[in-house]
Amino acid sequence: MRELTYNQAAVEAVAEEMRRDPKIFYMSTDPLPPLLEEFGDQRIRATPIAEAALTGMAIGAAGSGFRPIVDWRQVTFCFVAMDQIINQAAKIHYMFGGQVTFPILYRAGVGGGTQIAAQHSQSPYSMFMNVAGLKMFLASTPHDIKGLLKTAIRDNNPVISFESNRLTTRKGPVSEEDYTIPLGLADVKRSGDDVTVVALAWLVHEALAAAEVLAAEGISVEVVDPRTLVPLDTETIRNSVQKTGRLVIADEAGPTAGFSAEIAAIATEDAATFARLKAPVKRVCALQVPIPYSPVLENHVFPDRNRIIDGIRAVLQGQRSVAAA
Amino acid sequence: MPMSPSPNLPPDKQREMLRQMLTIRRFEERASADYHAGMIYGVVHCYIGEEAVAVGVCTALDPGDRIISTHRGHGHCIAKGANLNRMMAELYGRQTGYCKGKGGSMHIADFGIGMLGANGIVAGGIAIITGAGLAAHMEGEGGVAVSFFGDGASNAGPFHECLNIAATWKLPMLYVCENNQYAAQTPASATHALSDVAARAAGYGIPGIVVDGNDIVAVYQAAIRAVDRARSGGGPTLIECKTYRWRAHTERRGQADPREKEEVEAWKQKDPIKLLERQLRDQGDLDDAGLQAIERDVMAALEAAVAFAEASPFPLPEQATDDVFAA
Repeated sequence: MRELTYNQAAVEAVAEEMRRDPKIFYMSTDPLPPLLEEFGDQRIRATPIAEAALTGMAIGAAGSGFRPIVDWRQVTFCFVAMDQIINQAAKIHYMFGGQVTFPILYRAGVGGGTQIAAQHSQSPYSMFMNVAGLKMFLASTPHDIKGLLKTAIRDNNPVISFESNRLTTRKGPVSEEDYTIPLGLADVKRSGDDVTVVALAWLVHEALAAAEVLAAEGISVEVVDPRTLVPLDTETIRNSVQKTGRLVIADEAGPTAGFSAEIAAIATEDAATFARLKAPVKRVCALQVPIPYSPVLENHVFPDRNRIIDGIRAVLQGQRSVAAA
Repeated sequence: MPMSPSPNLPPDKQREMLRQMLTIRRFEERASADYHAGMIYGVVHCYIGEEAVAVGVCTALDPGDRIISTHRGHGHCIAKGANLNRMMAELYGRQTGYCKGKGGSMHIADFGIGMLGANGIVAGGIAIITGAGLAAHMEGEGGVAVSFFGDGASNAGPFHECLNIAATWKLPMLYVCENNQYAAQTPASATHALSDVAARAAGYGIPGIVVDGNDIVAVYQAAIRAVDRARSGGGPTLIECKTYRWRAHTERRGQADPREKEEVEAWKQKDPIKLLERQLRDQGDLDDAGLQAIERDVMAALEAAVAFAEASPFPLPEQATDDVFAA
């Protein structure tokens, strides 16, 4: 099968959907040259650096029959548009009694590892997960980002595509067939029996590398990639944990009230899953600090395959202690 | 004070404008009373005193044109043709309301008539309606979009971002600033370096027009010129309507209102409804019987709306989880 980079797959998804539906248009402070060349400057609109305006304009255009895509480029740049995201886009369908739909795709780069310091190395998706009315996903492979983006563009709700900055040039197989991937469907990236690692984006690849290392020691690791954050595929995650009895969660974001906390909660608050847990859940997250610039500091802050291996070993050694009573 | 001449406004149209302004006023008088009687919940912001802006501008629009409103939104809904029954039912929190009881006074919308919603966030609607203006521009069928907002919103970022974009892309937009002189309790003089919001239009290379917002004919004439300009590809216009709200920022009991009584009374002497009524009488286009007939119609529609609201069921509690996402 042919290989594309993560970025190429994303552009291909947008282009295919724009060819299919003339109501789709794209706003970005820096349009992508191949899209601009194919679709022209009316559908691929170069905008001022005014994210609050663009984010809100997408809502009005969507409510008027269009299907806008707004490319924030980095999630960092959408914080000036929080009123439009949280107060408007997330609530407007519900608050107005569902009378019209607001099909909008917002795209945002997330994550670190690129030595561009705190303001440009953020993974704030749990902030958005906390707001009712937004769907969102974070793909780990070129195949996944293409299929998820195509679905998101066809969805009748505001959807945020978080896109990993570490993965933009990573290649992977992408079918030439027309395909989509539903939102809310996790993918078991590797099957295993001893421990479940739920990981996102770049950490899916680190978890797979960790699984490879541990396989040599006879430890069988299952890697589950939720892909979609909202709606979350709790069933696949719980089924995996019920099978292995052990759970490690790997996330480039910090742990506090994070995606990792949500995964821990859905495993432990479900009686059937909790009953099968053989050891305490382990979170392998970034340190709870702004992301520093110097590689020495940055590498210390982020988890990687070694920390995932440490986490797996910890849950394999851990056990349910009889209550100290 | 003589009103502006109105060669393009036949008497029928002027009487209709009077009827709409009266509808807004009576609707809000009732909404205020029912709020204090405990039939309407949360908060109500009254537009009384500013009716000429919504009606004057919306009279210049076609049914397919789109508008957006503010937290003070009843007037814009009525002027754009919203159904009074569904409006009142929404205020009463009923299933038959425009938002099925999920929005209330601050969030009434009717996309079917091009009313893209009242909005609880100051300046929150400006970008949304600019997106509707972009939609009209891309549709290429001559549609126009109107952003209603207050003097307070003119100090917020989205106002400036959107005026720049609309001017740059020549979007078919009217930005209508209802300058009622106060952002909640704070006087505009304390928060604006310039006395005229319209002067800011120069910074974006678009026309900025100041009109007497209590003179409905002046508002209409400014709006119709701006609409013509927008429909013909000339781009946006900023229209500042100097006006005043008669009531406090909200209807909440004990709501602070630092305004001088004399100031409020002076503005009441410039009642936009009385001004149009007097003009119609002076023209010989309205007499006592004619005015009474309009009042009767307005009250009948209002009573029907209240009856509809009262007779409507409340939502079922479990409907709280409906419509978070669209299918």
